[in-house]
Amino acid sequence: MSGRVLVGVKRVIDYAVKIRVKPDNSCVVTDGVKHSMNPFCEIAVEEAVKMKEKKLIKEVVVVSCGPQQAMETIRTALAMGADRGIHVEVTGKDYENLGPLQVSKIMAALAKKEDALLVILGKQAIDDDCNQTGQMTAALLDWPQGTFASELSMEGDKIKVVREIDGGLETVKINTPAVITADLRLNTPRYATLPNIMKAKKKKIANVKPADLGVDITSRLEVLRVDEPAQRQAGVKVETVDDLIARLKEAGRI
Amino acid sequence: MALREGALRLNLLLNSRTFYKCNSSVGVRSLSDNVSSSAPSSAPEIAGDHLIYTQEHFALKESLRKIIDQEINPHVEQWEAEGIFPAHKVFKILGNAGFLGVNKPVEYGGLGLDYSYSVAMAEELGHIRCGGIPMAIGVQTDMTTPALARFGSAELKQEFLLPSIMGDKVACLGVSEVGAGSDVSSIMTKAVRKGDEYVINGGKMWTTNGTQADWICLLVNTSDGSPHRNKSLICVPMNLPGVQIARKIEKLGMWSSDTAEVFFDDVHVPCKNIIGQEGMGFTYQMLQFQEERLWAVANMLTMMENVIQETIQYTRQRKIFKRPVLHHQSVHFRLAELQTEVELLRALLHSATALYIKGNDVTKLASMAKLKGGRLAREVGDSCLQFWGGMGFTSDVLVSRFYRDSRLMSIGGGADEVMLGIICKYMDILPKK
Repeated sequence: MSGRVLVGVKRVIDYAVKIRVKPDNSCVVTDGVKHSMNPFCEIAVEEAVKMKEKKLIKEVVVVSCGPQQAMETIRTALAMGADRGIHVEVTGKDYENLGPLQVSKIMAALAKKEDALLVILGKQAIDDDCNQTGQMTAALLDWPQGTFASELSMEGDKIKVVREIDGGLETVKINTPAVITADLRLNTPRYATLPNIMKAKKKKIANVKPADLGVDITSRLEVLRVDEPAQRQAGVKVETVDDLIARLKEAGRI
Repeated sequence: MALREGALRLNLLLNSRTFYKCNSSVGVRSLSDNVSSSAPSSAPEIAGDHLIYTQEHFALKESLRKIIDQEINPHVEQWEAEGIFPAHKVFKILGNAGFLGVNKPVEYGGLGLDYSYSVAMAEELGHIRCGGIPMAIGVQTDMTTPALARFGSAELKQEFLLPSIMGDKVACLGVSEVGAGSDVSSIMTKAVRKGDEYVINGGKMWTTNGTQADWICLLVNTSDGSPHRNKSLICVPMNLPGVQIARKIEKLGMWSSDTAEVFFDDVHVPCKNIIGQEGMGFTYQMLQFQEERLWAVANMLTMMENVIQETIQYTRQRKIFKRPVLHHQSVHFRLAELQTEVELLRALLHSATALYIKGNDVTKLASMAKLKGGRLAREVGDSCLQFWGGMGFTSDVLVSRFYRDSRLMSIGGGADEVMLGIICKYMDILPKK
């Protein structure tokens, strides 16, 4: 086994930014808006780097799909301790229409090409909240998956994953190679220290196109319209329970 | 605990006005109101086009911002109320991430980068929601250590510079005295040579970090002679017998920064603790003034912008006579004026920095920038406070703290009048004695 971990990172609009919808309702405004690495992707990178520090794996390769700016996100991961990066170039309309299915095809192709032991992704992106890429990647590779991981431990050639599920915590043991998706409590991502930021400059980022990997990225989905959620209407205060019942009856609710 | 910490991490905000859905502990961004929102407070610069900043500068800022958001800002209210912040704790966090030695020698744990990186750092520190902590950090990185890094002996650097860069030792600067501030040459603290020791007597004032510091970079008279050639810089450990922290000074602003008055009563310090050559202290101190002043401007720029942005947000939702305060022309026009001047100051800062890192002397430009910075900060504070109305007068808002904290800029680090004197000298309009 190569001891290589592939980590996918996505460049998204920063969590603190107020999202605005374009006047033509086609999409959200991204020009001139602050972007950063998806928080769950940060957690994924941190986990991979920690595994390398514990000598459980040998190399952390970070991947991002997108235009030129995706390189910044890769550099941030390199500054956190990843060894090298792969920038899958997707631009313009292709990038606007890029979704989990296409990204998972790319990740699957790269996982095979890089002979990866593990693919670690964030559980979901905070822009589209899809929560699909990890699962689809595993399915395409026919690999086991440990999603919503809040704890990971290597046990020989298997991995024990504690998963955060609706009812509580579920522990599963899966074979490698496998796909893991990181949940919030898996770890606390480190700050990129200034020495590592400067070192990251020298680390390599390879440039590939989806076609080079034999992946067709045409989308099967078409976004028709984007709207802001309806403005919250003002509520009404009532004095007594009887009042409440009367009002609800009036409104035809009961 | 972990949930709250994690949620805090994801839902951090500078202003607490936006709302979040609480499902699946993912921070969901809020949507704008229908009024066309302003541009984000710091328009993301394109690395390729920027005058002095590269990708690495922006990566530095991003990383430092995370530290500020996670380790510093959550505690500012408490530290301001307590009148002190835990310097050792905060400096160790910064030191571990490499932020205390940005332009210091690599042999002593520094990064050996040029001054533009220090300016980037100073700008980013302006996101701390008070003036006291950035000031304390600036003292550590750019006021107590430059001369030591440049002129100190290897042994001295090992003992004082290295731990200061690592964040293990807190430094403070002993230059100003009760009787001598702007007039540095008239300080009275004396160091008399006795064998292979100096015996120091005197006192220092306005010592930032003074109550917590491990060592002080002390400017003393080491001989009788011309006041510009009889002074030396000495590294003095603060725990030596005779060093007395007389009191913590209560101030109008900068509350989270502990400022001390320190007395030296027959303090014995080895002669080898002198930085560089005896008699050169005044010159050494002057050499770093350009950097100090540019640093102060960089820091203040971000603070002013944040105050302007918060004022915009407040006045947009606060209604008066049935429409937002912001819609009154006197308000949005004034904010536009202030932002224009902030941009002008930024241009001056960046061009001075660009010239400086190429080896030019930028004393005139740095003094102009410091002068303008102090005065503009007062205008920004005063106008924005007015627009906040009654709320601005409360302790709950950033603008009132900014109003108090920023007033120091025209006084400390070289008063406005000193800056004017320097500029006049360069313009050759200062009357000869």
